[in-house]
Amino acid sequence: MSVDVAWAIDWVRRSAQTIAEHRDELVELDRQIGDGDHGENLDRGFRAVVAKLDALEEPPAEIGDVLKLVATTLMSTVGGAAGPLYGTAYLRAAKVTGAAELDSAGVVALIEAALEGIVARGKATTGEKTMVDAWSPAAEAAVAAADAGGSPADVLAAAAKAAAVGAESTVPLAATKGRASYLGERSIGHLDPGARSSELLLADAAAAAAA
Amino acid sequence: MSAPGTRDVARVALVLVSHSHDLAVGAVELAGQMAPGVLLVPVGGTADGQLGTDFDGIERAFAQATEDGRSAVVLMDLGSAVLTAESVLDLADDDLVARVRLADAPFVEGAVAAAVTAHGGADLDAVLAAAEGAGRMYPVEKADVVPTSLPDDGVVRETRTLLNPMGLHARPAAVISRMLASYDAKVTVNGVSAASVLALMKLGATQGTELRIEAEGPQAEEAVKVFVTEVERGFGEI
Repeated sequence: MSVDVAWAIDWVRRSAQTIAEHRDELVELDRQIGDGDHGENLDRGFRAVVAKLDALEEPPAEIGDVLKLVATTLMSTVGGAAGPLYGTAYLRAAKVTGAAELDSAGVVALIEAALEGIVARGKATTGEKTMVDAWSPAAEAAVAAADAGGSPADVLAAAAKAAAVGAESTVPLAATKGRASYLGERSIGHLDPGARSSELLLADAAAAAAA
Repeated sequence: MSAPGTRDVARVALVLVSHSHDLAVGAVELAGQMAPGVLLVPVGGTADGQLGTDFDGIERAFAQATEDGRSAVVLMDLGSAVLTAESVLDLADDDLVARVRLADAPFVEGAVAAAVTAHGGADLDAVLAAAEGAGRMYPVEKADVVPTSLPDDGVVRETRTLLNPMGLHARPAAVISRMLASYDAKVTVNGVSAASVLALMKLGATQGTELRIEAEGPQAEEAVKVFVTEVERGFGEI
């Protein structure tokens, strides 16, 4: 399907479903190296997003409207670092998606804006065992796919695949940002929960476009 | 809400953002004890009472703290409190953003130092500096280097013995800091700034300790005089 408003809504609903299914996994990952609230917080946030989507009388006109609704709802309901981080990511993405449909370049812009939002808010870079380790390779892969003439769905698929590899790459890293940084070397050997949830969200973006 | 001017409230308020409701309220209680005239707004935990940060709660706290033309310094405890406070400011209007500063400071020490400074009538930048300076107090070692000669360098010096049975604890330390805030003079006690409650407390001065008071500046004489008077009367505790 095309990457349009219906896609954005489908992406968000899939995300809520996926986060609910992976809630316990994310809680366990976060318990190993953080404060153990990532799965619960994100689940609460995305449930609230879906409730707001359900309450809309008519679908938004632009993709950016959907992403902005996600951003503001996550910020005010998540209650952990993921709230402002994902909130800022979706908010920045909303600002570059004021359209009813995105072409491949538009999808690249969405992913790059989300990455910029996470970097701006979290002040992290790659290799620090954070969400950035999933989003940064995703953005690079998206650019490469678009340059190679891929469709919007191809761009999302490439981004999702790279995010999965990127998330896995956090396992041997020692955290230097966020709550896990208090553990230092002891964080080595654990998958970063933020990178894992980022991977899941991007997989849903690709799945919604492939549906 | 009280009408402006009906109460003597400092022009800089503090917002204390914690993951924990109890921690935010406790820090407000602690800082408020030494700065009764400062508006201190606690915001801790999520809206449903769990550990975490509450975007809407922080937004309301910023609005309350900056009512009636006040500005506000914000203290935060851990990462997501900082991220959420930054996000609130990102989405706030320019007028509020111009009057709110996020302090890169230790939560409890910063709150106490900022509250006492705000109580002395200081402006936004000075209150922020007090909060951010609080993190550097602890490495300060007691400088017991007594100069062998006392040159005529414009420094006013007096030495008095501390009479307070409980030593130079939080209350007299706050009295000193507040009292000296209105004098145009740089005052030190045993080598540490008398403007800093935390530095004074860190001296660990017990009853019988010799206090070397030194002051420079246009009102050095006056500042030392009121200081000595307070030491001699045991800061009202004897």
